Amino acid sequence: MSGWLSAAEWAVIALSLKVSLVAVLASLPVAYALAWLIARRRFPGRMLLDAAVHLPLVLPPVVTGWLLLLAFGRNGPIGHWLEQTFGISLVFTWAGAALAAAVMALPLMVRAMRLSIEAVDRKLVEAARTLGASPLRAFVTITLPLSLPGIAAGAMLGFARSLGEFGATITFAANIAGQTRTLPLAIYTGLQVPGSEGAVARLAIMAIVLSLGALMVSEWLVRRSGGSRAHVL
Amino acid sequence: MSFEVRLRLSLGEAEIAADFASEARLTALVGPSGAGKTSVLNAIAGLLRPHEGRVVAAGEVLFDSAQRIDLAPEARRAGYVFQDGRLFPHMSVRANLAYGERLALPAERWITRDEVAGLLDIGDLLDRRTANLSGGEVRRVAIARALLAAPRFLLLDEPTASLDAARAEALLGLIERIRDAIGVPILLVSHSRAEVERLAGQVVEMG
Repeated sequence: MSGWLSAAEWAVIALSLKVSLVAVLASLPVAYALAWLIARRRFPGRMLLDAAVHLPLVLPPVVTGWLLLLAFGRNGPIGHWLEQTFGISLVFTWAGAALAAAVMALPLMVRAMRLSIEAVDRKLVEAARTLGASPLRAFVTITLPLSLPGIAAGAMLGFARSLGEFGATITFAANIAGQTRTLPLAIYTGLQVPGSEGAVARLAIMAIVLSLGALMVSEWLVRRSGGSRAHVL
Repeated sequence: MSFEVRLRLSLGEAEIAADFASEARLTALVGPSGAGKTSVLNAIAGLLRPHEGRVVAAGEVLFDSAQRIDLAPEARRAGYVFQDGRLFPHMSVRANLAYGERLALPAERWITRDEVAGLLDIGDLLDRRTANLSGGEVRRVAIARALLAAPRFLLLDEPTASLDAARAEALLGLIERIRDAIGVPILLVSHSRAEVERLAGQVVEMG
C-alpha cells in the first residue's frame, strides 16, 4: 500500500486528514450551540442567525474565502487582533485551511444536529425538571445524549465536506505544498502539470474512498439511532 | 391547605381558568375532555406559566403574579405522573427510578426503592429497557419514579388509564395508602366516577 502512493502523496492525505479533523473538532461545539439555539430558543434575530449559518452553503465558496480574507487577513479586524495578541496568523497556514473548511462544513453540521435536537421530545425535558433537574442538568442528561446520533452524523458529514473543500481554502489559505495543499488542491495542481495523470488518479481514488467512508459511517450512525425518519439532509 | 389554585392561562386559542382551594388530602379534578385539567396540572408543576393568579401546594407558594413569585419546576418538588409516562428512553428502568431519587435530599425521602418496587410490583422490570415495557408497566414505573423524587405533593393525570382491572385496583389501594399514611397532598385528574368517589375528599369541577 505504501508503495502505491508516493511520500508526497501520503503527505497530502495526512495534511487533508489533519485539516479536516481539526476543522470538525473545533467547530463541533459551535455547531451544536447554534443548532440548539435555532431548534429550542425563540429570540429576535433567530431567522437572521439561521440564514447566516446557512450562508456558506449557498454562497460561491470563493466569496466565502474572500470574506474570510477580509476578516482574518493581516489587515482584517480579527486577523489583526490575533496577530497583535497571540502572534498568530491564519492566512497561508494549515490552520487557515482548517478555518476555511470549518466555515464551509458548519451549515451541514448545524442542519444534522438541529434535526436531532428537534427530535428530542421536550416533554422528556419537562419530566426531568419536575424530578428536580436544573435546566443545565436536564440538558446534559436528556437532550445531549438523545441527540448524540445527530452529533455524530453531523461530525461525519462535516468531515466529508471539509475533506472536499476547495474554493474557500484556495482563496483564503492559498495552495502551498505541505502547508495548505489538501487533497482537492493537490488534484487541481496535478491537473495543471503534464504527465501527472497517475498521481491525479491515485489522489482521486483516495478522495472517493475517504468521503464514501465518512458518509457510510454517518448513515450507519443515523440508522443505529433508529431514525430512518431522522435522515440528516 | 393542600392546594390553593387561582389562575388564568391561554393555550393556543383556548383560555383556561381555574379557581379552587382544598383542604382534602386527595382532591379530584374532573370535567370534560378539553376543559384544561392537564394544563392546570402543568401550571402547578411550573411547566406552563399563567398570565396571572396564585398557586399554593402543600403550604408553599409556588406562583403568585402579584408578588412576582414563580418557582422553577425543579424547585416546586411536584411528583408529577404524566398521562404518557415520559420515561427516559435512553435509560434502563433502574436509571429512570434513580433520576429523581438522586436529586432529592435523603432527609426528605419518604419511601425507599424497595418499598416502591414492592408496592408497584416492578422488581422484575429494573434491568429492562423502557422501550420494551407495556403501557401498564410504563405507568407503574412512572409512578415509582415520581414517588422516589421525594415530592411534597402529587399530581396524578389519569393514573389508572391503560391499566387492567387488577392493576388499577392495586394502584388505587396504593394511592389510598399514600393518602392516609404519608399525608402528601394529592391532586388527581380522573374520568372515572367510581375512582373519584372512592378516593377524593373534595371534587373540583372544571369546564
